[in-house]
Amino acid sequence: MAEKDYIQGATGAWEIVIGMEVHAQVASKSKLFSGADTTFGAEPNHQVSLVDAAMPGMLPVINGFCVEQAVRTGLGLKAQINLHSVFDRKNYFYADLPQGYQISQYLQPVVGKGELLLDMPDGSIRTIGITRLHLEQDAGKSLHDQSPRESFIDLNRSGVALMEIVSEPDMRNSEEAGLYLKKLRTIVRYLGTCDGNMDEGSMRADVNVSVRKPGGPLGTRCEIKNVNSVRFVQQAIEYEARRQIEILEDGGKIDQETRLFDTGKGVTRSMRSKEEAHDYRYFPDPDLLPLEFEQGWVDQIKATLPELPDEKKARFIEKLGLSPYDASVLVAEKESADFYEKVARGRDGKLAANWVITEYFGVLNKSGQSMEEFTITAEKLGGLIDLIADNTISNRLAKDVFALMVETGKDAATIVEEKGMKQVTDTGAIEKVIDEVMAANQDKVAEYRSGKDKLFGFFVGQTMKASGGKANPAAVNELLKKKLAG
Amino acid sequence: MSLDKAAVAKIAKLARLKMEPDRQEAMASELNRILSFVEELQAVNTDNVQPMTSVAPMKLRQREDAVTDGGKPEAVLKNAPQRQGDFYTVPKVIE
Repeated sequence: MAEKDYIQGATGAWEIVIGMEVHAQVASKSKLFSGADTTFGAEPNHQVSLVDAAMPGMLPVINGFCVEQAVRTGLGLKAQINLHSVFDRKNYFYADLPQGYQISQYLQPVVGKGELLLDMPDGSIRTIGITRLHLEQDAGKSLHDQSPRESFIDLNRSGVALMEIVSEPDMRNSEEAGLYLKKLRTIVRYLGTCDGNMDEGSMRADVNVSVRKPGGPLGTRCEIKNVNSVRFVQQAIEYEARRQIEILEDGGKIDQETRLFDTGKGVTRSMRSKEEAHDYRYFPDPDLLPLEFEQGWVDQIKATLPELPDEKKARFIEKLGLSPYDASVLVAEKESADFYEKVARGRDGKLAANWVITEYFGVLNKSGQSMEEFTITAEKLGGLIDLIADNTISNRLAKDVFALMVETGKDAATIVEEKGMKQVTDTGAIEKVIDEVMAANQDKVAEYRSGKDKLFGFFVGQTMKASGGKANPAAVNELLKKKLAG
Repeated sequence: MSLDKAAVAKIAKLARLKMEPDRQEAMASELNRILSFVEELQAVNTDNVQPMTSVAPMKLRQREDAVTDGGKPEAVLKNAPQRQGDFYTVPKVIE
């Protein structure tokens, strides 16, 4: 572990140890054990079956599609798939849990050990272990702010299928935790097993944080529940690590407990005491037989997996010559990668990557539009890059053309034609411009010739300006050098 | 294994059962009789026996992913002791 990851306290360096449990909602139409709808945003209690409301005598029947998505996600995490797994009851009492227990998987989950690769900003890779993935029911939703004396309960979420994905405590700083959550989201979106929509609660993270002296034994951890954005995960970790270090340095000890992240104040606070919270009295659900399937079925699912982000990234680096960083930016969303591939087809891969990442995404993000709505299609951007590649316009002028394309919706060739923006490569014409610039700046020419060669950039700028940006920059450089030398 | 009064009080609390202290002694001895019966069963060697999950040779049935239920808030809320609109309401839960 690199020194830079340590936090400096009053008594020296501390190391943070982070593990995460991410709840990812399965992208299914109906719930895990009932036929009620899962669409977000319905009227309260309108998407509830009598199973979800835990009426006496109701029995759960498992949704086969949810099982398939769990297996699919497991395969995407290069994980062990368990052909035999068991559903257990996790017992606890809360107003939005009508059964009094959550159907989950405990000792025998459907997916075992796997791994996830973090693409670090310096281009290196960090491997984070996946402990397990299991299927479980979501609880209902409580609203505490509607009335002074009552909590309101909406069971629409009750029984929705979740995949709980548990990591090993392999992360060492908030940056890695953020990258982990982003990468997991990318993978489930590629697989189509979860929509990854954090605003609607389709992905939520429980973050386990402890601190220790570098290389020492693991400290006592606190679990920060239900954090719903990458930024909040990182803020919560930073705050929680500092809090624990302060307590330990003052001679105190950490209580193992569940905490909440207050997004308004940026602090974590204690949620409930552990004695009650962690005594779940798991036992196998007598309403459900073990979940069993054949290896052949797993192999069939495996055969339908798409190219996943890690493989796509490797291909972009190897076949298209991209840097690891650019490649990881492009593969983060499947739509971006697809768009880039269309632009790069038959063109220079690196030039295409620069244009997609810097110019295209820059303007797209400012516009607030989606890729489908945006006026610049892959074909149009490709057309612009073709004009750069065949020297019709310089890379610099191409940025102006791009701005006009965004403004007018016209394609690059039309704009260049209409505005007469074609690059001037005719040396005679450029020489003429240079002569004018030198005549207008004789004092600077003299300074240059007496050794102030920093002024070269000034002459390049003046010449480009005088040519309306159309002069070929390489030709300008070459001719200027010759002429200034006298 | 034997349960004392404190363990009984804790189990009752987790199950949200009200149990007066003078009932705990009797409950502990009832539960201990059940536990000692389980201990008797545990004396049997089951090292090579798979757990039996069903008396009939059947597998977990799976359903299609289709919306076939819901859309009946009146039925769902019919027995609610209290409601507000289509919400259940309960005494305020304080975290």
